[in-house]
Amino acid sequence: MIRTSALAALSAVVLLGSGAASAQTLRFGLAEDPDALDPTLARTFVGRVVFSALCDKLVDISPDLKVVPQLATEWKWSDDNKSLILKLRPNVTFHDGEKFDAEAVKYNIERHKTMQGSQRRGELSAVTSVEVVDPLTVKLNTAAPFAPLLATLTDRAGMMISPKAGKALGEKFATAPVCAGPFKFVERVAQDRIVLEKYDGYWNKDNVHFQRIEFRPFVDATVRLANLRSGQLDFIERLAATDAKAVQNDSKLKFASITEIGYYGITINIGKSDKAKTSALGSNPKIREAFELSLDRNGINKVVFDGLATPGNQWVAPTNPAYAKSVPIPKRDVAKAKQLLKEAGNPNPVVNLVTPTTTDASKIAQVVQAMAKDAGFDVRIQATEFATSLNMADKGDFEAYILAWSGRPDPDGNLYSFHACKQPLNYSGLCNPALDEILNDSRLTTDMAQRQAAWEKAAKIINAERPIIYLLHRKWLYAHSAKLTGFKEYPDGLIRFVGMKM
Amino acid sequence: MTRFLFRRLAILIPTLIFVSMIIFGLQQLLPGDPAIAMAGEERDPQAIAELRAKYNLDKPIWVQYGLWIGGILQGDFGESIRIQLPVSQLLLEKLPVTIELAVLSMLVALLIGLPAGVISALYNGRWPDYLANVIGLWGLSTPNFWLGIMMILLFSVHLGWLPASGYVSPTEDLWANLQAMIMPAFVLGTGIAAVFMRHTRSAMLQVLASDYIRTARAKGLYERVVIGKHAFRNAAVPVITLGALEFGQLLSGAVLTEQIFSIPGFGKLIVDAVFNRDYAVVQGVVLCTATAYVLLNLLADIAYFLVNPRLRT
Repeated sequence: MIRTSALAALSAVVLLGSGAASAQTLRFGLAEDPDALDPTLARTFVGRVVFSALCDKLVDISPDLKVVPQLATEWKWSDDNKSLILKLRPNVTFHDGEKFDAEAVKYNIERHKTMQGSQRRGELSAVTSVEVVDPLTVKLNTAAPFAPLLATLTDRAGMMISPKAGKALGEKFATAPVCAGPFKFVERVAQDRIVLEKYDGYWNKDNVHFQRIEFRPFVDATVRLANLRSGQLDFIERLAATDAKAVQNDSKLKFASITEIGYYGITINIGKSDKAKTSALGSNPKIREAFELSLDRNGINKVVFDGLATPGNQWVAPTNPAYAKSVPIPKRDVAKAKQLLKEAGNPNPVVNLVTPTTTDASKIAQVVQAMAKDAGFDVRIQATEFATSLNMADKGDFEAYILAWSGRPDPDGNLYSFHACKQPLNYSGLCNPALDEILNDSRLTTDMAQRQAAWEKAAKIINAERPIIYLLHRKWLYAHSAKLTGFKEYPDGLIRFVGMKM
Repeated sequence: MTRFLFRRLAILIPTLIFVSMIIFGLQQLLPGDPAIAMAGEERDPQAIAELRAKYNLDKPIWVQYGLWIGGILQGDFGESIRIQLPVSQLLLEKLPVTIELAVLSMLVALLIGLPAGVISALYNGRWPDYLANVIGLWGLSTPNFWLGIMMILLFSVHLGWLPASGYVSPTEDLWANLQAMIMPAFVLGTGIAAVFMRHTRSAMLQVLASDYIRTARAKGLYERVVIGKHAFRNAAVPVITLGALEFGQLLSGAVLTEQIFSIPGFGKLIVDAVFNRDYAVVQGVVLCTATAYVLLNLLADIAYFLVNPRLRT
C-alpha cells in the first residue's frame, strides 16, 4: 500500500519535473559578437540574428522571398504608387508594456532617418514623410515610386523599438533595447553572451516554446562545432563546409542548409581610379571576358565549398525568379580565352587580386590563380586584412578584389548600389547612363513583370562590361541538436525562433 | 627602501605617457579608416561622415590625442565604436577574468616547472633530467591553439568531463568556474612551465655548486633542509624575476587560448578591437596592460629585496 502510493508520488514528481523542463533555454552559437543592439545603428549579420528574436519588424519574408505580415497585417500602394499604406496588427505591446501603434511607426521611421550615425538613412532615403492615418494605419510617402521600399521594411529599417525607451535612452538604447519581438532583453556581456527571455505579452506567444535564449560568440568554426558536439550549444550558424559530412554522420546532430541571397564575386576596377587605365583587366573588356572564360565555377565550388555552393554569373542565383535567363553561365573555354588575349595584344596579362584574409576568399583566390594561369594570366594574390581592403576599394586602390555580399530580399538591393553611377558600393567605378536609366526605371514600378524585363536588359549590359565577375552563391550551413524541431531555413540566413522547440 | 619605492612609482607616470603616445601613434599607422570599418555593409556616406565627426576622427592627430588623454584623466576611457559601450566598463568586465586565468596558469606553470627544475638539477645528467627536458620542450613547442582544440575534443566532446567553453564568474559558481578554466590554464601553463623548469634547473645547478651548500651538508643537515631551505631559496631569486615577466605576459591576454576556449578576457577584446579599428578599446587595454607590467616589475624588485638579505641596507 505504502509502496504503491510512494511510487505514485514519485512518478507525479517526475512528471511535474519534466513538464517544467519543457520551458527551456536555447543556447545559440554565433560566428562573432554582434555590434550595437540598436536597429538604427546596427550593421552586422549576427546582430540581425539576435534581432530576429528581439525585435519584430513591420513585415517579414517567407522562405521563397515573398513579403509576409508581422507587425503590419496588410499593405497597399496608393494609385500613384507614391504612398505605401500599412494596416497594423492590433493589441501589440512592446517589452515595456507600451502600445504599438501608428505613432510608434512614425517615431521609428523618423529615428531611422534622422538619428546621428544611423545606418538606415540610405535605405529609407526615398521616404519623405510618415502620416498617422489612425492608430492602426500608417502611410509612408515617397517623392517618386520606389518599389524596393516594402522589401526594405523586412529588415532593420522596419524594426520597431519602443518610443518611450528610445526617447529615454537616446543613443544608449543598445545598452537595454526594448522592442516588440518574441523575446525581451535580459543582459549582455560583451564578447561573452547575450541573454534574452520570453516575452509573455508577445502577440504570437503560443508558438514560442523557449523560455530563454543565450547567444554566445565563437569565432573559430571548429570550436563552435566542438561546443555543439559536447552539448554546450544547441544550435550553431555558419558551419564550415568541411564539417558538413561529420555533422550529417552524427546521429545526435542535424544538418540544414539553404542558398543565400548574396554572392561571391570578383570586383574589377574599370573606372574607379587611374588604376583602371593601367591594369590589364580594367582597361580592356576583352581581357575581362577572357578572364571569366578561364574560370570553371563548378571547379571552384567543388574545391572551396565541397560542392555546397551554387555557381552563378549574376547578382541573383539561377534559381531566383529575377535571374535573367538570356544571360546563362558561360562554360569554361580556355581556348577562346587565349584567343581573346591574343586579339587584345596581351597574351600574359598580370592581375593583382586583392584578397581578404578570410579562409574562403583565400581559397577562391588560389583556385582562380591556378585556373586563370591555363589561359595565360599571371594572377598575383595580394592578401589583405579585411578592413584595409575596404579602404583600398573605397579609394579605388586595386585592380581586382574578391568580395562577398550578404544579399537583400529585393534584387534591387544587390544591384543598384553596386552598378549605378557613383553609388556607395560601386567599387568598380562603372558609370553607364543607359544602365542607370534601366535601374532607375526598375524602381519606379511595383509590377514584377516590368521589373523583370528591366533586369533582363540590365543583365546584358552588366555582362558585357563585367564590373563584377559573379562566381557563386554560398549556402548557409547550420548544425543543431537532433532534439530541436521546427527550424525552417530562410535564404536571408536568419533564424526565426517562433515555432522552434526542443 | 621607501625612497627606492617612491622613485620607481614616480617613473611610472612618464612611462605610461610614453606608452600612450606610442600606442596612439602606432594605431594611426594602421591602414584602414575606422569609420569605414565601422560603417555598415551599405557604406552609407552620411553615416560614415557622422561616425567620423562623433569620434573626432576628422580632427588633427594631436587634438585627438589631447582629447583622449583629457578623458582618461577624468576616468573616461572613451567608447567602443563597435558596441557602443564605455571602454572602462569593458576593462572592468574583462580584467578579473584575465587576472584569474593568469593566476591559474601561473599556478600550473609553477606546480609543474619548479619541481621539474629542482629534480632536473638534482639528477643532473641522468634520466629524470632528460625526461624533464623532453616534457619541457614539448610544452614549449606545442602551439597553444592546437593543444587547446585537442583537449576540447578529448575532454569535452568524447569524454564529456569538462565544458568546451564559456566562463562562469567564481562568485556565481566556483566549481563551474574552475571546470571552465582548468583546460585553458593548463594550455597556457604548460608553455610557461618549460621556461620555469629551465631557469630553475640552471639556478639550482649554480647554487648547488657553491660553498655554503657544501658547508651545510658538512654540518650534517638533512638533505631536504639543504635543498629546500638553502639551495632553493637562493635559486628562487632569478625565478621570481622571470615569474613577474611571465605573469605580465599572461595579463596582456592569451589571445589564441581565449579564442579557443571562449574566455571573455583581454586577448579577445584587443584582437577584435584591432580588426575593427576600435581605437579607444585598443588604447585602453594597452594602457592597462602597461601599468600592470610596470607594477609587476616593481613587485618583483621588492620580492627580490625581501628574499635576498644582502640587498637590504
